[in-house]
Amino acid sequence: MVVDDTTSVASQATRHILPQQVAGDTDATLPEPIGVQINLANISYNDQIILENIKLNLEPGKTTCLLGPSGVGKTSILKTIAGFLALSPASSIETSDGDPLQGRISYMDQSDLLLPWASSLDNVLISARLKGERPDFDKANQLLDQVGLQDKKQAIPAELSGGMKQRVALARTLMDDSPLVLVDEPFSALDAITRHRLQGLFAKMLHNRTVLMITHDPMEALRIGHHIFVLSGNPVLLSPDLKMTGAVPRDPASETLRQRYELILSMLGMTRDDR
Amino acid sequence: MSRLFRITVTLGGLLSIWAFITWVTELPKFILPSPLLVFYKIIERYDTIAEHAATTAIEILLGLAIGISLGILSALTISTHRQVKQWVMPVLIASQAIPVFAIAPLLVLWLDYGITSKVVMATLIIYFPVTVNFLDGLNRTAPAWMDMATLMQQQRRSFRLMKTYRIYRFVRVPFALPALASGIRIATAVAPIGAVVGEWVGSSSGLGYLMLHSNGRMQTDLLFAALLTLTLMSISLFYLVDFLLRIAIKWHADQTY
Repeated sequence: MVVDDTTSVASQATRHILPQQVAGDTDATLPEPIGVQINLANISYNDQIILENIKLNLEPGKTTCLLGPSGVGKTSILKTIAGFLALSPASSIETSDGDPLQGRISYMDQSDLLLPWASSLDNVLISARLKGERPDFDKANQLLDQVGLQDKKQAIPAELSGGMKQRVALARTLMDDSPLVLVDEPFSALDAITRHRLQGLFAKMLHNRTVLMITHDPMEALRIGHHIFVLSGNPVLLSPDLKMTGAVPRDPASETLRQRYELILSMLGMTRDDR
Repeated sequence: MSRLFRITVTLGGLLSIWAFITWVTELPKFILPSPLLVFYKIIERYDTIAEHAATTAIEILLGLAIGISLGILSALTISTHRQVKQWVMPVLIASQAIPVFAIAPLLVLWLDYGITSKVVMATLIIYFPVTVNFLDGLNRTAPAWMDMATLMQQQRRSFRLMKTYRIYRFVRVPFALPALASGIRIATAVAPIGAVVGEWVGSSSGLGYLMLHSNGRMQTDLLFAALLTLTLMSISLFYLVDFLLRIAIKWHADQTY
């Protein structure tokens, strides 16, 4: 029987990861979160400029969501920040502490990117192995406990459900304690209930870390984002910062979220006829 | 169990057809001996057949060991040194475009009648499928994985050589193992061709030699006995290798043969 995301596992995970406990557990190792000012004059794909004048300000220790329809170039922005696409002239990426961003980024993909032959534990430890460091088994075990996989540590990905795989991927992302975490539509391949639970877990686990998350789901951004930027229109423009208040994950049924949801949908080009 | 059953049924069926044909057509035994006759021959000339089979087996196994090792090394070299590929690949393809039959006499001429020319022949045809399959596997590592690994490795200063080694050790080579296994399966299936062709062209030992020898003396039953032995040897070798590969790469849900 697949026990993924049952209430017991979820509540157990929740018990482990109350925000104050996270802060208490990891204060010693977690570096001061950094802010990042991103100013991209343009982004091109196949020699064609697809985005212009992207200004994003990532607040330290907060989750910033970049929301937009598919194919608008969200992933290109992420790749530019990660350093895989060349920075165009007149563009800049600056950090609040002045040090370069390179070497301080963790990445979480929409596909789990787990090694199919390795156990959950080994998957979480892969970063240390790739860096030639001594694997920190205690920390890996602790993170797997926190994401609710205490009894799946020796399971290989084929034995895990989609939600469990993303939990392993989340634990692997957190292993590095990177000052900046880039996340590309992490839950888009999951069913609605699993996605909802994982968003909650995600928000708690990434508490007090600087996160840039790409998503095409407005409700996802509203639930776990502290700042939301919307990419929309033709030519594509970046909206001003939509600041969200209150603790994450937010209740999707609340009136504030409903109003914001309407607003975002209209920004994404939804008209009265579409309803 | 069901697999063993299928093999038995197929083998029994083929033997029955063979026996039926000899019974109906009443061909002389130097044209087509009956399976029973061949079976008697195997028992009668057991020691001769075993001796020649051992030679061929050694040639095949040595060819496999050398061909697979060279194939793995070449694939790793080509994959880590992009520019090598443009130089080496045309040579590799050319080596495959020349039929092994055509160069067999040359190899025997250069390397003598002994085992070496046969091992080289087997190596030649084993090397290519292993190299190409493994290389394909190495080059197919998901780009997103490479990006993520790059970000992880950027977090710590290290020699580029060590970074490359680690990413091959922990990510790219394991990802490519199923492709390598395909290459090794093909290699195992074709390895006997190389050995036997070599023996045909010039040798004093081996199942190929025994076949040619008995063919020349109208001992068709002995020829069939040698042929049957070679077939059994090749099939057992293939299934053994397939079995070992499947155990080695358990995580990869593969189709069964």
